[in-house]
Amino acid sequence: MDVSIRHVRKEFNHFPALHDVSLDIRSGELIALLGPSGSGKTTLLRLIAGLERPSEGSIFFGNEDASHRTVQERNVGFVFQHYALFRHMTVADNIGFGLKVRPGATRPEKAEIRRRASELLDLVQLSGLEKRYPAQLSGGQRQRVALARALAIEPKVLLLDEPFGALDAQVRRELRRWLREIHDTTGHTTVFVTHDQEEALELADRVVVMSQGRIEQVGTADDVYDMPNSPFVYGFIGESSSLPVKVDNGELWLADRTIGISAQDVPNGNATLYFRPQEIELLDGCGGCIAGTVAGSRRVAGTRRVELEIGGDRQRVEVELPIGHPAAQQSRVAFRPRRYKVFPAQAA
Amino acid sequence: MTTTATASRGWQFRRPSVIPGFGLTFGFTIVYLTLIILIPLSGVAWRSAELGWADFWAIATDERTLKALEISFGASLIAAIVNVIFGVLVAWVLVRYRFPGRRIIDAAVDLPFALPTAVAGIALAAIYAPNGWVGQLLAPLGIKVAFTPLGIVIALIFIGLPFVVRTVQPVMEEIDREVEEAAATLGANRFQTITRVILPGLAPAVLTGFALAFARAVGEYGSVIFIAGNIPYVSEIAPLLIVIRLEEFNYAGATAVAAIMLVISFAMLFVINLIQAWSRRRYGYGA
Repeated sequence: MDVSIRHVRKEFNHFPALHDVSLDIRSGELIALLGPSGSGKTTLLRLIAGLERPSEGSIFFGNEDASHRTVQERNVGFVFQHYALFRHMTVADNIGFGLKVRPGATRPEKAEIRRRASELLDLVQLSGLEKRYPAQLSGGQRQRVALARALAIEPKVLLLDEPFGALDAQVRRELRRWLREIHDTTGHTTVFVTHDQEEALELADRVVVMSQGRIEQVGTADDVYDMPNSPFVYGFIGESSSLPVKVDNGELWLADRTIGISAQDVPNGNATLYFRPQEIELLDGCGGCIAGTVAGSRRVAGTRRVELEIGGDRQRVEVELPIGHPAAQQSRVAFRPRRYKVFPAQAA
Repeated sequence: MTTTATASRGWQFRRPSVIPGFGLTFGFTIVYLTLIILIPLSGVAWRSAELGWADFWAIATDERTLKALEISFGASLIAAIVNVIFGVLVAWVLVRYRFPGRRIIDAAVDLPFALPTAVAGIALAAIYAPNGWVGQLLAPLGIKVAFTPLGIVIALIFIGLPFVVRTVQPVMEEIDREVEEAAATLGANRFQTITRVILPGLAPAVLTGFALAFARAVGEYGSVIFIAGNIPYVSEIAPLLIVIRLEEFNYAGATAVAAIMLVISFAMLFVINLIQAWSRRRYGYGA
């Protein structure tokens, strides 16, 4: 089911949580809403579910305006961070709940509900735990039951609110891969909220980066990582270093020296240069480069991170050196970013 | 290593933690319970044992004793059931809604705790008497409250209400909003959410409230004797029968009735406790 969010605005007691957000989700897509806390990602998810009503704008499921439909009518599967399982019910009863509460005419037979529940338990790899109570399951197992419960009602859209947030790192990685598999088998349009960029980039077909109630960028993992369209996205996704620079006729200047790289489409004046610590080339001499004094160095897995102080006002940036590279022993390092982006000062 | 040491010494107390204090607190608990509860209660058993089995049985199966016990436990049961229904309702209103005067109602719930029960009895008797405020409205309908078993039930409802409200309220406050939202996304309407999700979740707390209200009602004396009319075989409660026997200097007779009450109450509370332990194990409440 396509989901289309059109100019949605949401206020809580006159405090704006979302400003004019529009987003098109294609049928069968796996979408991540990524952003820091307070960016409005959970609000957006709850608006899609119908757990909140938009202050303005509308939400379409396919061609149908769902804005004024109640949660019950929307038929969405919602998975909560803290599972929200019914703890007085067995696993099988939890999963069958959505079918059992249907009105008489559309409610399946008891045996059919039981069959569906055990089928879904197979899907989430928990066969044989029908009779357990949620208190007798681990966190990862509970979240699987919660997902099976959401899938039982054959939802139009599957919505997950920080589904792995309460789990430890290893279970999280495992469930991530597993969620991808489930998505590929069932083909549900899926939207999940996360503040973990690794999770979003690895799992989602498209990532929606949000900040302060606005969508900053929508794109594939490659798009948002390699072509961030704003300083926020550059800083938020992956690691980045930034330096204040001056643009003069498309040439970048650091204090009174030119860096040797250009930014043709940026207007003259103050700007900020963003680059990734690993996407640099080290230079020997310095005719058009960034040079700085080594202020610190630490080993990060297979590489070495060197912190440099640049220029008179001692701006700190990080660059990455291969292990054993002689530059790590020097007191000064000169480099030039291989890939970078320059944002005019007012945007930064 | 710990397990082998335990095995060699045989059965022993489970050490709750390495923090000291177990011996002291456990010893204090035992001494305290012995002094305050066990010794007086064994006195009851002791005193009634003086009667000998035949006499004890004669008192126990005496028509008046049986009627008094029936009225006591029957009225307490009805009152506790009524309190469960309305107590949960009151707790729900207090927890879920914000309205002017909420705090006053919240405080008023505790009044039956604090009020001398005799005062409550007199007030209720005055109101429900055939010429009282409420009594005169009910009289034309042929409903008599004061000086009938119905009056006993009303007095017991009055004193038992706060027990249900105060045990259910905190648990209700802890209900996770997400659980309700989950039920809604799964298509459950409000009624289904309440009856199938929220109320079953409250069951252990409701059961505790029921047990407390019931136990309190069985032991109640002050408020009931004013409104009950105290007609033997009709509206005479077991505690009153004990007092009557005492006034006749029939101590053995009094303690015999007391012992029977003790056994029945203990058995009922024990069963309720077993149910709770079972539900806690299963659903992991409080875990």
